[in-house]
Amino acid sequence: MKNRTKLPNVYLGILLALMYVPILLVIIYSFNESKLSSVWGGFSLRWYEELFRDRALFASLANSLVLAVLSSLSAGVIGTLGAYGMSKVHLPLQGAVEYISTLPMMIPEIILGMVFMAFFSLVGIPFGMGALVIAHTAFCIPYVFMLVKARLVGMDPALAEAAQDLGASKVRVFFDVTLPLVAPAIASGMLLAFAMSMDDVIISVFVTGVNTTTLPVRIYSQLKTGVTPEINALCTLLFAATLLLCGLAALLGRAPKKQDAGKDVTDR
Amino acid sequence: MAKPAGKKRNKYGGEALTLVPLYLFTLLFLVGPLVYMVVLSFLTQADTWGVVPEFTLENYAAIGEPVYLETFWESLKLAVITTVLVIGLGYPFGYFMAKLGPKWKRRTMLLLMIPFWTSSLIRLYGWIIIFRAGGVFDTLLTSLHITSESLKLLYTYPAVVVGMVYALLPFMIFAVYSSAEKMDFSLVEAARDLGASPFRAFLTVTLKLTLPGLLSGVVLTFVPSMGLFFIADILGGNKVVLVGNLIQSALMKAHDWPFAAALSVVLMLMTTLLIWLYRKVSGVKDLEGIV
Repeated sequence: MKNRTKLPNVYLGILLALMYVPILLVIIYSFNESKLSSVWGGFSLRWYEELFRDRALFASLANSLVLAVLSSLSAGVIGTLGAYGMSKVHLPLQGAVEYISTLPMMIPEIILGMVFMAFFSLVGIPFGMGALVIAHTAFCIPYVFMLVKARLVGMDPALAEAAQDLGASKVRVFFDVTLPLVAPAIASGMLLAFAMSMDDVIISVFVTGVNTTTLPVRIYSQLKTGVTPEINALCTLLFAATLLLCGLAALLGRAPKKQDAGKDVTDR
Repeated sequence: MAKPAGKKRNKYGGEALTLVPLYLFTLLFLVGPLVYMVVLSFLTQADTWGVVPEFTLENYAAIGEPVYLETFWESLKLAVITTVLVIGLGYPFGYFMAKLGPKWKRRTMLLLMIPFWTSSLIRLYGWIIIFRAGGVFDTLLTSLHITSESLKLLYTYPAVVVGMVYALLPFMIFAVYSSAEKMDFSLVEAARDLGASPFRAFLTVTLKLTLPGLLSGVVLTFVPSMGLFFIADILGGNKVVLVGNLIQSALMKAHDWPFAAALSVVLMLMTTLLIWLYRKVSGVKDLEGIV
């Protein structure tokens, strides 16, 4: 590619740098001794100490983790099976089911929050972990479903047919051929779902129970009432966790490509 | 092969079972709640708590009241401003990114993914530090002698716009990038060689080929920006009220569920209309760049 001018790259660099400014500020101020963000009171780990004493905060972190694991797992199962089934069978209403099941990705989250709050109280599902898992699974399914579906479309059907001709049962073909081939798509879909669940404020606010406050909901209410520098420390730690996850995802994304380089050809 | 007839009959047997969880979940936890939302929007709010099963159009009529109409209008305006800014910043980014070499492409993608995956609240919080009176922005401007006093940017309209743009920009970039990446850049050169001006080549070749991505980005920024109540809350104080904030306060404060449902139905209709338009114009069924 002949780039006569460096200007585009400068633009990319500046915009990327700007995206990091707010995050970097949070990190810097988490080490600020002073309670006021306008004053630099010197380096200190004081807020980290206070953070680790905050039991309620850790409880909500645990809630968030449990919720994200449960909902990305159930979305992983439902989404993968659904995408596989749709690639194989044509049942009535399939188009409608596909449209509605991917709807949570396309409509404003606030609608889902409203709808779940009203529906759960109608049918008597108590607000809390169960309600949260159902609601989060609903908006996690599309990510897994669409990624797996795209992967299945790009897959060479001859592979499954060959296995079947060699005498493998359909269940065996699914577990031994199809599943390993779509595994990267399932993994990235579930990872995305996990991140979305960990980050969700809007839907959680509506269906959370008294003892199941998630971390984003807690941070949200603290940001609304007033700022404690403790939040800086918490955000910094969360950011570190994100970095770790991103690194993991990058490794995950690279590993399968090395194993079977031919797969990307079948993808196209 | 020996029993073709039997095989045909059982063709879908086991595999249809894999659809059961998705069908059940969709029916129970999406169709059910969405239908209830529509029903609820026609019911009457009880005097004390809950709803009375009496048909009414009052909830929809209420949306027509100037206060709420104003909110819809403001919400739309903010969504349009946000989307325009996001296009202006994100489209060139996605396009230039697609022109990078494979190594830098991967690096840029990783650099984009990190803030994208970082909790949106953390990023919002960073903006509070910047905008707050006596915060980073004020300090910067006063030390450069541009202003001498605080601009008091936190809890203003511009602060909300910045927060929205910042939160939604990655979606546009990913959408445009995924379109531009598939594009054959030699087509632009061909157009140029045949005498098209850079502007004309952009309009007739580049823009046309990246349109699905651009439109998908528009949907992905416009739709959420109507409902992101927490950004308006945190960066706008009470000064910026979105449809999302209306729904939230109708549910949580006024406990007027039928009204919240009616608002949601209207918002939903607007959204569906937009997605329908997107599919019509771009000819693409799935939103580009969403997966």
